[in-house]
Amino acid sequence: MSEPLLQVKNLSAAIEEGEILHHIDLTVSAGETHVLMGPNGAGKSTLGHTLMGNPVYKVTDGRILFDGEDITDLSPDKRARLGLFMTFQNPLEVPGLSVEAFLRNAIRQKTGKPIRIFTFKKQLAATMALLQMDESYAERDLNVGFSGGEKKKAEILQLLMLSPRLAILDETDSGLDVDAVRTVSMGVQEYMKREGGALLIITHSTRILESLKVDKTHVLVKGKIVAEGDGSLVDEINEKGFEKYIEMRGIE
Amino acid sequence: MANQKVDDIDRSFYDFRYEENEDFYRMRSGLTEEIVREISEAKHDPKWMLDFRLKSLEIYNRLEIPNWGAPIDGLNMDNISTYVRNKADMKRSWDEVPDDIKNTFERLGIPQAERESLAGVGAQYDSELVYHNLQQEVADQGVVYTDLESALTGEFEQMCKDYFMKLVPPTDHKFAALHGAVWSGGSFVYVPKGVKVEVPLQSYFRLNARGAGQFEHTLIIVDEGADLHFIEGCSAPKYDESNLHAGCVELYVKRGARLRYSTIENWSKNMYNLNTKRALVEEDAVMEWVSGSFGSHVSYLYPTTILRGRNSHCEFTGVTFAGAGQNLDTGARMIHMGKNTSSFINTKSICKSGGISTYRSSVEIKKTARGAKAAVSCGSLMLDSQSRSDTIPAVVVETNEADVGHEATIGRISDDAVFYLMSRGVSEEEARAMIVSGFASDVSKELPLEYAAEMNNLIKLEMENG
Repeated sequence: MSEPLLQVKNLSAAIEEGEILHHIDLTVSAGETHVLMGPNGAGKSTLGHTLMGNPVYKVTDGRILFDGEDITDLSPDKRARLGLFMTFQNPLEVPGLSVEAFLRNAIRQKTGKPIRIFTFKKQLAATMALLQMDESYAERDLNVGFSGGEKKKAEILQLLMLSPRLAILDETDSGLDVDAVRTVSMGVQEYMKREGGALLIITHSTRILESLKVDKTHVLVKGKIVAEGDGSLVDEINEKGFEKYIEMRGIE
Repeated sequence: MANQKVDDIDRSFYDFRYEENEDFYRMRSGLTEEIVREISEAKHDPKWMLDFRLKSLEIYNRLEIPNWGAPIDGLNMDNISTYVRNKADMKRSWDEVPDDIKNTFERLGIPQAERESLAGVGAQYDSELVYHNLQQEVADQGVVYTDLESALTGEFEQMCKDYFMKLVPPTDHKFAALHGAVWSGGSFVYVPKGVKVEVPLQSYFRLNARGAGQFEHTLIIVDEGADLHFIEGCSAPKYDESNLHAGCVELYVKRGARLRYSTIENWSKNMYNLNTKRALVEEDAVMEWVSGSFGSHVSYLYPTTILRGRNSHCEFTGVTFAGAGQNLDTGARMIHMGKNTSSFINTKSICKSGGISTYRSSVEIKKTARGAKAAVSCGSLMLDSQSRSDTIPAVVVETNEADVGHEATIGRISDDAVFYLMSRGVSEEEARAMIVSGFASDVSKELPLEYAAEMNNLIKLEMENG
């Protein structure tokens, strides 16, 4: 067991309409792969966005620590610079900003120093090849006109190029065909192999997990973690669904 | 994050200025026949030009101030000096240009740009050109690039007579008449038949004097089958009193020729920019406008293209950025006369901190323009709720054999997109600048690299906290 990288302590969060995360505790250490499962509307993405610092969600209680530092009040860019990353379920389109220009700029801002264009281009081309992305995508406007699968690959491309210490993958496998899931999953494995990073995988299916070794599973229902276990919990849920956990929350 | 207001910019880079000293000659403020005569005399005009100026003044006094656009009440001609010049003559070497002026242009990067990427440069400081130079090999092709004053009295006098203010007559509107009366400086370009100028020419206009007007005239004739890219740059330091820019650009694109005219206007925010630009395009010729309007307090700017020859084509690509205290009324006008003529207007306007940006365009398809095609696409981006963006497109079609399309979009920066970019380690300010630059990229993509960089830098400056 290594030092905890992410510590979520008694975290509650709300939007204008009311509280949607209740007293979440979660600890992820470097090198670990965690899975956050739960039925639709359980608050999985909300947790991801709250950890990343989306201002839509206000923390009403508890703290988030990253590498021992309290990041609860930090802006998203500062969290990213410390090494936190999240792939988006619906990546935003930015017309006129090319994938390549964006990545270069983001790496420069994240590290605080310019990168050599030649080194960058080589790394970008190699990473795109790994993800079976056509090299023309480097010149394309970020996510504009990308298919669902292309958007998800572009997210993994950013993951590999930005090499964070902890990556939250928000429904990275949803809406993808079998081949695309395989490619994305390979990209994620590559990240773990290369960076020795950590993963918090948000999913309501299990396809992306087939080729990953899961250390811990958390089940979120109605904004609360109701069960935790090792990788075998994934298989159990796969078989029996969330029924049991929904009922548990129902009688509380 | 959603409600965070972005303050006005630090434009100090463009605001450095030298005070006028005894090296400068300054016409007393106001506009009278005596003043016009004195300017004409100081400029050694030929007789026909003096007559032209006086006639223009008469027209100016007759015409009404336009009442349909941004208010220009703050402009009082009695407080404007229409002619300010350094006593030194125009030079052909940067070394000989007076130090204050040379330093100004060096800070703006003009001499460096000339060395690296231009075929010729003209630099105007207040009312007169202080530097003009054309690369020898381009001159050897027969290309003429000089100040308009030299052209008036030299071997191109007849050409000047034939073309000067024929496309934009002084009767066109009040400020065209003003221009006809007190114009000074600007460039004359003639590209002979079939000559392709490989690298751009650039004229840069700097209005340094306070309470002054700049009235440069750019006259470009691209002869049959020739090809030219001309770049115009403008800037001025900020004063707390009004300055006026009423330039005039006349472009003649002959049969089968191509002209690209790129502008980055970056006037200070005390400037009334009442500028007139027009192109006459003949058979099979192509006119391309690339226009970035950033500074000024008030702008009226609608480059007009007359597609006279059959199969002639025009594209207008423009971006306008209106910040605090700015009211920028910009757009384009296309007049289709020839058969099978085609045009495309693509504009982006951005407003922030209470700035007002109005897109105004007119596409006119005349009876003779059978088979004409025209498309207009205009997008607006409002960066906060205090700012205002209006779109006023007009289309007049006089033949039923024409194809005209129009699309307009209006939007705001999405907070989700800002969060998305920030989650990659990009600061909020930078994320917003990236989105705005992306929005304006239709224009920056059309500019030579260093100008695109300047434009993105201007956007960044506009987006930064003060």
